[in-house]
Amino acid sequence: MIERGLPGAQVEVRDTTGGGDHFEALVVSDKFEGKGLVERHQIVYGALGDAMRARVHALALKTLTPAQYENRR
Amino acid sequence: MANALERIQSTIAANKIVIFMKGNRNFPQCGFSAATIEIFEQLGAPYETVDILADGEVREQVKIYSNWPTIPQVYIDGKFVGGCDIVRELHETGELQALVKSATASAATVH
Repeated sequence: MIERGLPGAQVEVRDTTGGGDHFEALVVSDKFEGKGLVERHQIVYGALGDAMRARVHALALKTLTPAQYENRR
Repeated sequence: MANALERIQSTIAANKIVIFMKGNRNFPQCGFSAATIEIFEQLGAPYETVDILADGEVREQVKIYSNWPTIPQVYIDGKFVGGCDIVRELHETGELQALVKSATASAATVH
C-alpha cells in the first residue's frame, strides 16, 4: 500500500498485535533526504491516504534514507 | 465559546509545551498518550494537556491543523513536534531535551 504512494520505497510492515490495526513499518526512501521526522511521517501518511484514517489505529514508523539504512545494517 | 481552531491556537500560544492526548496526565486513556506523558514527566518540564476525548471538535480540528492523523500530538514553543513515536525517537537522540530547554529558557526571560 505504501509502495504505491511512495514509488521506489523499500517497505517492511509488521502487524504488532495480529488484530490488523496496530502496525510497525520500516520505510526506506530517497524522498526522505533532508527532511525532518514529521515531514517523513507525513509523506508516508499521505501515501496511505484514507486507509490510514479508516483501518489503521496505530502505526509506528521508522523512516530512513537509503544511506541511513545502509549504516544501520 | 471560541471555535475549535481558535481554542487550539490559543492553547498552543499560551503554553510552551502542549500535549493533545486521550485522557489527562493522571488518567491517560491510551498507551501512546501515557508513554508521551511519561517522557515529559521524566524531563520534569511543565506541560499543558488537552483531553480530546472531552472535546470532539478539537479532536478532529487538531488533526487538520497539524496535518497529522493520530493522537497524541505534542507542540513545543508553538511548533508541532510529532506523535508518540517521534517524541520517543527525539528523546532517545537527546533532541527533545534541547527543544524543551530552549522553549523553557525563552519562557524564563519573558516574565
